[in-house]
Amino acid sequence: MAKQPENVLVFIEMDHGKVAEVSLELVCQARELADTLGVNVDAIILSGTNVDIHGETIISYGCDTVHTACDGRLEFYETLPYAKIVSDFIRESKPQIVLFGATAIGRDMAPRVASDLRTGLTADCTDLQIGDHEDKKQKKTFKNILYQIRPAFGGNIIAAIITPEHKPQMATVREGVIKLSAQDRNRNGAIKPFENIKWDELQFINTVLERTIHEKKVNLKGASIVVAGGGGVASKEDFDLIKQLAATLGGVVGASRAAVDNGYIGKEHQVGQTGTTIRPKLYIACGISGAIQHRAGMDQSGKIIAINNDPEAPIFNVAHYGIVGDLHKVLPMMIKAYKGKS
Amino acid sequence: MPLKLIVLAKQVPDTHNVTADAMKADGTVNRGALPAIFNPEDLNALEMALEIKDRTDATVTVMTMGPPRAANILREAMYMGADAGILITDRHFAGADTLATSYTLALGIEKVGDVNLILCGRQAIDGDTAQIGPQVAGKLGINQLTYVEEVVNIDKKAITLKRTLGRVSETVETSLPLLITVTSSANRPRTFGAKRLMKYKKARTSIEAEKEIKSSSTTGEYGMELLLDEIEQKKKVLKSKGLFIETWSADDVGADHEQIGLPGSPTKVKKVQSVVFAASELKKVEPTPEGIREMIVELIEDRTFG
Repeated sequence: MAKQPENVLVFIEMDHGKVAEVSLELVCQARELADTLGVNVDAIILSGTNVDIHGETIISYGCDTVHTACDGRLEFYETLPYAKIVSDFIRESKPQIVLFGATAIGRDMAPRVASDLRTGLTADCTDLQIGDHEDKKQKKTFKNILYQIRPAFGGNIIAAIITPEHKPQMATVREGVIKLSAQDRNRNGAIKPFENIKWDELQFINTVLERTIHEKKVNLKGASIVVAGGGGVASKEDFDLIKQLAATLGGVVGASRAAVDNGYIGKEHQVGQTGTTIRPKLYIACGISGAIQHRAGMDQSGKIIAINNDPEAPIFNVAHYGIVGDLHKVLPMMIKAYKGKS
Repeated sequence: MPLKLIVLAKQVPDTHNVTADAMKADGTVNRGALPAIFNPEDLNALEMALEIKDRTDATVTVMTMGPPRAANILREAMYMGADAGILITDRHFAGADTLATSYTLALGIEKVGDVNLILCGRQAIDGDTAQIGPQVAGKLGINQLTYVEEVVNIDKKAITLKRTLGRVSETVETSLPLLITVTSSANRPRTFGAKRLMKYKKARTSIEAEKEIKSSSTTGEYGMELLLDEIEQKKKVLKSKGLFIETWSADDVGADHEQIGLPGSPTKVKKVQSVVFAASELKKVEPTPEGIREMIVELIEDRTFG
């Protein structure tokens, strides 16, 4: 009997009628891993309505087979039924790698699935690679295993985690850390319903009395220009300068953790490891010292302008333009210069 | 019968305040140089449990797995209002990842028995994995609700609570038993009660009680039996005053040694590195109108502004 190919599986998350951006990023990453390993990319998608149209999109980013589970009861995420379906699918399809987005849902479900399958799970990965591992004690080499790379210890170090002796190797991956590759609309792939769902074993035991879906107010990830303020901004009023510059340049307002903690602006604006990872064309860091956790969320930006009155601030190490000075004076100059030139 | 609540807590190094002297030359963190604190979101979970206790008939027990010094956070929990603490400690737990840890904690919870609600922080600041809550619920085979912000109502059979999952805020009613994870925005943990502090600073784990008796005893080797007697006596006294912190080993909770510590942990750390950023070529710009105008022109010309 032919050995079952050990594919790379991606859990596709629906974000209110659309495929979540992070899920498409994962498909791109899975494609790369699968090509290195010589296997296929599978995806599984649970939804309340027919999702075949989304299946085409998922395939266009590099997936080979999209497995669907569509039923009205699955319209909204609920831990027990979702985790059970995904666990059962993994038991049946035996992937070697399973990837989830490190979203609220992914971080709720993936640990439960890993616990059920008694395998390892690495949370919040920022990079995935294939490599070997030599276990000196056992005098054994594990070939082509998954390096699950993530920040640890509050972001102060980067650790590569492996799951050498258990399958599947599971990871949740941060949104925005993988670049979407180009779509190929002509790519061939299959969309298949997952038929072996044990409906009578699924427990739908939560009753939702009220549900509010909040608008996504800030689109940090989609912005090509981000103007961000940090702890060096003197007050909430002064933070308006950041907003003015952002408005002048047609950019979006970002913030460091210090600015959010100081109450200058909401957490949805936070850039960095605990906020959003972004790579805009231009990132302007105003009064941001550049803690590791912040830099990790923006250092891939096309151009970085750093404004800080401390010439030793670490933000200057990743910046392309460094302005040592008082942002309360520099920002108005920038607004004036831009208005005069554009 | 009062509602039985368990709060899972972890003693963590204070990673949010990593100072330069806490970093070693090779870029790794010197755990020993960081103060050990009560994991912040576990305090929110404890506060939520105590609020339930404030308004209904309930007992709150705080459970932690960790080294003997983790008893400190159990005492802190009692200063805030917890009824009891349980320390699960054993050198065989060393190297445990989330799977092995959740297995161990689930056994501890089963040993307590008939628990209605388990609360824990969303995640711990040393690992930020947010995996322990869901995995403990998984091991116990019970339902879970993560990112909880408020318990609206609770009785023996059902609970109503508010939670936020990404962009969706929900008010959910579900049955007990249940495990919930609590976020930092849920509440503001209360401070220590002065009277409680005076009382519970005398609370001891069995390890601490033994140590104290041994160090104050002059009997030496020959008096071993006497010593053991004394230890048992001390534990009895502590128990009668509600000051004994239950101290359980791997065997006490009936753990399979293959599923705890390093052997029970599928994930291994392959490599640890300090964070390195590719240095950029930095152009110094003078904070003058001329300097800034020049930079803006450059950025317009290379189409950075779109």
